[in-house]
This record gives sequence, C-alpha cells and structure tokens, in this order.
Amino acid sequence: MTVENESLIADETISRADQYLTYKVGAEEYGVKILSVREIRGWEPVARIPNTPTYIKGVLNLRGTVVPVVDMRMRMNVSEPKYDSTTVLVVLRAEIHGAERVAGIVVDSVSDVMNARSNEIRKTPDFGENADTEFITGLAEVDGKMIMLFDVDSFMLHADIFDAPENLEQIAS
Amino acid sequence: MSIDMAQFHQVFFEESFEGLAVMESGLMELEPGAPDADVINSVFRAAHSIKGGSGTFGFGDIAAFTHVMETLLDEMREGTREVTVQNSDILLKSVDCLREMLEATQNGSEVDQVRVTEFQQMLEQELALKAGDNSAALPGATAQAEPSTAAGWKISFAPESQIFQAGNDPLGIIRELAELGELEVETNTAQIPDFEQLESEDCYLSWTFKLHGDVTLEQINEVFSWVVDIADLKIEAIGEPGSTSSEASPAEEASAEKSSGNKNMPVPQRRTDDFGGKGADRRSQDRRSAKSSANSIRVDTVKIDSLINMVGELVITQSMLGLLGETIEENQQITPQEIDKLLDGLMQLERNTRELQENVMQVRMMPISFTFSRFPRLVRDLSTQLGKNIELEMIGENTEVDKNIIEKIGDPLVHLVRNSLDHGIEMPEDRLSVGKAETGVIQLSASHRGGNIVIEIKDDGKGLNKDVLYKKGIEKGLLNGDEVLSDKQIYDLIFMAGFSTAAEVTDVSGRGVGMDVVRRNIQELGGSVEIDSELGVGTKITIRLPLTLAILDGQTIRVGDEQYIVPITSIVESMQIKSDMVSMVGGSGETFKLREEYVPIIRLHRIFGATNNNDELKDGLLVVVESDGDRVGMLIDELLGQQQVVIKSLEHNYKRTEGFSGATILGDGTVALILDMPGILRLNKSMSKPSHIRAA
Repeated sequence: MTVENESLIADETISRADQYLTYKVGAEEYGVKILSVREIRGWEPVARIPNTPTYIKGVLNLRGTVVPVVDMRMRMNVSEPKYDSTTVLVVLRAEIHGAERVAGIVVDSVSDVMNARSNEIRKTPDFGENADTEFITGLAEVDGKMIMLFDVDSFMLHADIFDAPENLEQIAS
Repeated sequence: MSIDMAQFHQVFFEESFEGLAVMESGLMELEPGAPDADVINSVFRAAHSIKGGSGTFGFGDIAAFTHVMETLLDEMREGTREVTVQNSDILLKSVDCLREMLEATQNGSEVDQVRVTEFQQMLEQELALKAGDNSAALPGATAQAEPSTAAGWKISFAPESQIFQAGNDPLGIIRELAELGELEVETNTAQIPDFEQLESEDCYLSWTFKLHGDVTLEQINEVFSWVVDIADLKIEAIGEPGSTSSEASPAEEASAEKSSGNKNMPVPQRRTDDFGGKGADRRSQDRRSAKSSANSIRVDTVKIDSLINMVGELVITQSMLGLLGETIEENQQITPQEIDKLLDGLMQLERNTRELQENVMQVRMMPISFTFSRFPRLVRDLSTQLGKNIELEMIGENTEVDKNIIEKIGDPLVHLVRNSLDHGIEMPEDRLSVGKAETGVIQLSASHRGGNIVIEIKDDGKGLNKDVLYKKGIEKGLLNGDEVLSDKQIYDLIFMAGFSTAAEVTDVSGRGVGMDVVRRNIQELGGSVEIDSELGVGTKITIRLPLTLAILDGQTIRVGDEQYIVPITSIVESMQIKSDMVSMVGGSGETFKLREEYVPIIRLHRIFGATNNNDELKDGLLVVVESDGDRVGMLIDELLGQQQVVIKSLEHNYKRTEGFSGATILGDGTVALILDMPGILRLNKSMSKPSHIRAA
C-alpha cells in the first residue's frame, strides 16, 4: 500500500471533529478545532474591564451576550498588537461543566481549514520555562509547516482568565 | 394510544408541593380539641389530590403513604377521631416525610425507605390506637377494629347499570383491592341480557370478592368511596383472626403489607426524639438539591392577559408604522403630516415597549409568602424544642419580589429567624423575671420602600450586649481593644466569620458559621443587612434587597473615555466640587465635608486606571453613593443619561470581577459595566494601600 492510498482513505473517513481552523499570531501558526469556533468577526472596540491583565481586551456585545475578548498576541507574548481592518476576532465556544461558555480571541489573521487525525498529532515537546505552551495540546504538520493545536477547553478553564464554576457556599445552620 | 405521562410530572410535583404547603399551614391552624371543619377539609382535600395524582403517575409508594395520612384525616373530618397535639404532630412530620419522598422522586434519587416506613408505622399505630381509646364512646369502632385482624373480608359488590357513565371503572376498583391483599374474585354474569338487548354502556356484572390478609375496613371503604352511592355493597369479615404471624402487632404487619417492597428493611428503633435534629438537617439538604430542578413558574392569568393585550397593541402600532413606511416609499417623499404620524407612532411604540417590559418583569414577581410560609412551622417546632413560648407575627406577606430573590433569600432568613429564636428570645422564666410577657414575639415583615424591598426580623428578646460583642471581638483578634466603635460597627462584628456569642453551641445555632454567609448571600443578591438592637428590649435585623435582579435603574457616567453604570438606588446626590472643600487625611486620603459628615473621596480614574481623564478636582463631578451605610464620593467626569438597563452576567463567560456586579448593553450596542458599590469600596481600599506604601 502506498502512502498516497493511505491519505486518500484518510480523507474519506475524516470527520469535522478532525478539522482545524488555522490562524496566525505573529509568525506562529495555530490550529483550533473547527467545532469550537462559533464565528469569525472583524475587530471592533470592546469595553475595557478595569484592573485586569492587559491581554484581556474587555467585553463585547455578541448579540446580547457579554463575551470577554483575549488578545492572544499579547497573551502569547508575540508580535506588537495592532488593531486595524485585518485584525480578526475568533469567537470560540466550549462546554464547561455542562454550560456553554463563549470567549473571543484576537489573532493576526485566519488562514485555512486543515485536517489532522489524532494519529498525526504529535506531543508538544517540553520547552521548559522558555515558551508558553500551556494551551497547546499537540503539534501537527501540514505541507511541511508546523501548526500548534490550541486547546479551547483548557483555555476556558484557565483560572486567571475565567471563573472556575464553583458551588456557592451553602449557609451552614 | 399512549401518552407520555412524564410531561405532566413537573405539574404534578408543583401541585403536590403546593398541596403540602396547604396541608402544613392547615395543620398548624388546627386547634386540638376544637378543630375547624373547613380547615380539616382543606387539609384532607390536599392529601386526597396528592394521593390521586401520585396514583395516576405510578408513584405507588407516595400514594400508599398519603393514603394512611388521608385515612387519619378522614376520621378527623368525620369527627370519629379527636384532633390532639400528638396526632397533628405526627401528621405534620408525615407532611415533611411526604415532601422528602416527592423531592426524591422528582430528582430521581433514592427515597429514604427507613424513614418512610417509620412514619407510616407511626401513622398506622395512631390509627390502630383509636380502637382502644374510643371504644367506649363509639361502639362501632370496636366492631371495626376487631375484625381488622380477621383473616379476610367477603365483599359483594353490585354496581348499578350506569356506573360507567359516572366515570367509574370496576376494574380499577378490583385492581386496587388486589393491592391490599390476596384477592379471590367471583364474577356474577347472571344479569347479562341477550345480545340484542345489551346496552354497550351499561354494566350488568356484579362481583363477590374474598380479600385475604390484614386489611382494615377503612381501606376497603376507601376503595369503594367513589361508587358507594351507585352500587350495592356488602362487606363482611370472614375467618379467624391472626392467621399469619401472631407475634407482630397489627399495625406493624399492616405497614409491612402495604410497603411490600421494603419488607426486609430493618425496623428503625429511633422514634420521635430524633426528628428535630437529624431529620431537619436532612430535610434542608434535600431541599437544596431540589432547587436545581425547580425552574418553572406559575403565573396569574391576569398577568398573562395583560401581556397579551400589550402585545396586541404592539402589533397594531407596528402595522401602522409599516403602512406609513409603504406610503412614503411609494410617494418617494414625506409630507409634514406623515412626519407627525411617524413621530406619534414611534412614541406609541416606545410606550408599548416600556409597558411590555414592566409587565414581563411582573411575571417574575411572586408574593414573599412563598418564603414566609415556612416560618410558622419552624417557629413552632423550634420553640417546642427549646422550651420557649414564642409567637410569630407576619406582616406584608403579599409583597411581591422577583422569583430569584424568593429562592435565594429563604436560607438566610431561616438562619436569622433561628438566631432570634435561639439567642434572642429568653426562656419564659427569665422573661417573667425581667417583667416581660411570658410569650416572646418575633415579627417578620416585608414591604416596598423606594426601589427596594425591605424585610425586617424583629424580636423582643434580650438584645445584643455591646460590651460582650466588643470583648469577643478582641478575643477573636478582630479588634485590638483601642478602637472606638459606633454601635453599628459593633453590631457589624456579628457578620464576621467565626464570630459567635452564644455561650454554648446548640443544635439550632451558635457555631459561629453562618452570619458571615448570610451577609454574603444577601450582598450577592445586591442587598444589604443591618442590625439594630437595644439591650433587654430586642433586636431588629433589616434586610434591603433590590426588587428584581434582571433590570436596574442606572445612571450612566463617563470616566475618561469609558462609560459605566451606577445603580440609581445607591446614589445619594451629585455635586460639583471645589478644591477648598477637600481636606487630606493621613497624607493621601481625601475627604470632603458633606453637611455634618466627612465623606471619603474615591477617584474612579485611579482605581480604574482610565486614560484621558481629568484628575483635577475642581472640574470633576462628585457622585455621593451609599453602600452598607457608608457614604463615599466618587469623582467622575460626566453624568450622562439615566435609563433602565438589563443586567447581563459577567461571570457567565468570564469571571467575577471586583467592583462590578455585571454588564449591560447600551443603546448603541456597546457594553458598559455596572458598578458594584461595596466592591468599589473594597477595590479602593486595596488600591490605596500599596500606593501608600510606595509613597512612603
């Protein structure tokens, strides 16, 4: 069996769950599961939340829902953020403890949709303290380019950005 | 045809819980010895419909349990049983047990069978007791009770031919009988006419049943209660008594028979002594777990009708505007008359929208009696447990509050009322010795005041001792001992975590956890709580809550380039400030004199880190706000409009942010954050500290 054949079969069996939207933050290319992407919007001004880290741009009105916006370029410490007509906001969704949570990330540009089956995904090497890889689930290679796969669930669960849903303390008698 | 019964379950549970509330309040009202027939009837009816409903939906254990209660109530109703403190107590506890069963069934969790069996036995013992008690007065009772140990019954049942037309089905009756014990059925078909004369809707059959097992006459009568008027019914006892296990008492055996699924459950040894403590705890836990599923609301049809009317008006206005639009489009121009018409239409639209909004909010409003109704029972039970005489007065039960608040204020209120009962009101002898009436009074009141609902819990107990509180504060390390505190500040110590003044920890309260949680819960609802007390005279706790959690009257303000919303209810006044009105305190703190009071100034720009601000006092506006009784002045740039804003949760997608209670969407589609006054004060404190250190 040739390599070509194998990839042909793979293409047929590929499902949307294996599709990734790729986007660029500076020179780096990331991929995010297409099922986690709710929509892609142009940049628009948001309401700043005082006393939050600078990479949290603020909150946005997404058809009546208040949605936080995180600038990934600042979060990942790459590229000087510029806000112009090409700046893109990717609205992500995740199911956290049974409830849908929505957040927007600001990236430089979105590029493509690619397929990556789980056996094509490689583990993220340990970069130690030098690189921020906490939201990266793995690496995939497409056309000789390396793409970092972004983990929406752990991003949304991350304590210093989002609230961990905790049970409100009950009144003790 | 099969109907999915599950879709009606929610309604059944809601109705049953309402029925339970009716039973509970009815039972509380029942006076031993001289009961009000109307009250007994209403309690009986509630029990009857719960039984009927649970039977219909296949909750057999609930039906069986309610049945025993119903039998007891029926005897009370007919006057063959006296209402005593004891039996109404058992009934009340059974109501609790029934509620637990319903909640467990609703949540799909396990029913505590041990407890159910225990109560069922108590009820049945009470029922059996009657025979001995009243035998002299009521000769019939002996006859009824005696054969209840008989091996069985012979029942001849000959319904009238039109029995079906009354909606009764003999088959159902036979099934019900079969549930009571072993049933032999003999059907008499002699009456069936020739086929030509047969009326398909008539009943020609009659039956003779032999029912074996320990079944009481009441149970059989109950089965036939619907058809007794339209049938010829004879019930006779057969056989010898005590045919099965002779050592078990009839009541126990009957209960084992009825709850056939749990024959092997151990017979619990604890009796009444345990109900106050452990039972109550479990009950409250169950109630919490049930909260998650209770998400429907019952709305008065009047409210719905007015909504429909308003939507109708809205549609008319819309079509009027639509027509106008078409005319303008056709003519490609607009006449002055059309402009007037357009403006009229828009005005009408605005009015309609506002009314609609107000009325939709009304749908969420429920009378606070939903929360208050649990207190008569609580006070009764606890005062008996504590050996105190306490009377509960409730005022303003019809005050309407948002459903969310109703749900969340219950637990804090229970806590506060318990505190009043336990620590506030003295023992009867102590009360007499200080010249008070033997019976203490707790007053629970609710009223609307401005945009708030105010709930007060007032007792005429011993009041708070400021010296004790102060000493306790030092002991707990909350105070150094050199502070001079106002009365209010001293009382506020109670809300600190780990602060308990009770000399000894009781089952009811005094563990020092709770008051801090009470205050936090109230603050989470956007409210505040305040204590006022006089030693020896009593204590008053005042809770202020917003009317609704979904909409707020907001003042839009500008700070730098940004817009924020300040809840109007927290604004005292706004003023232009001059720099000579300001004095410095402790180097960096600014205060100004507002009439007789010194009010600290918070520069919002600084704590928000806003850009493009004007930091000059003389150009700024000072908005004086009140939070928890403290007044502060916030320096802002501009007051913009006032409007009602819909509160959107910030936590839903993000996290709780100090200083903000939520966000809203302004007319232009942008988001503005809503300031949370207590949070702003905390933020100011935490911000000013490091800067002070930095400066030094």
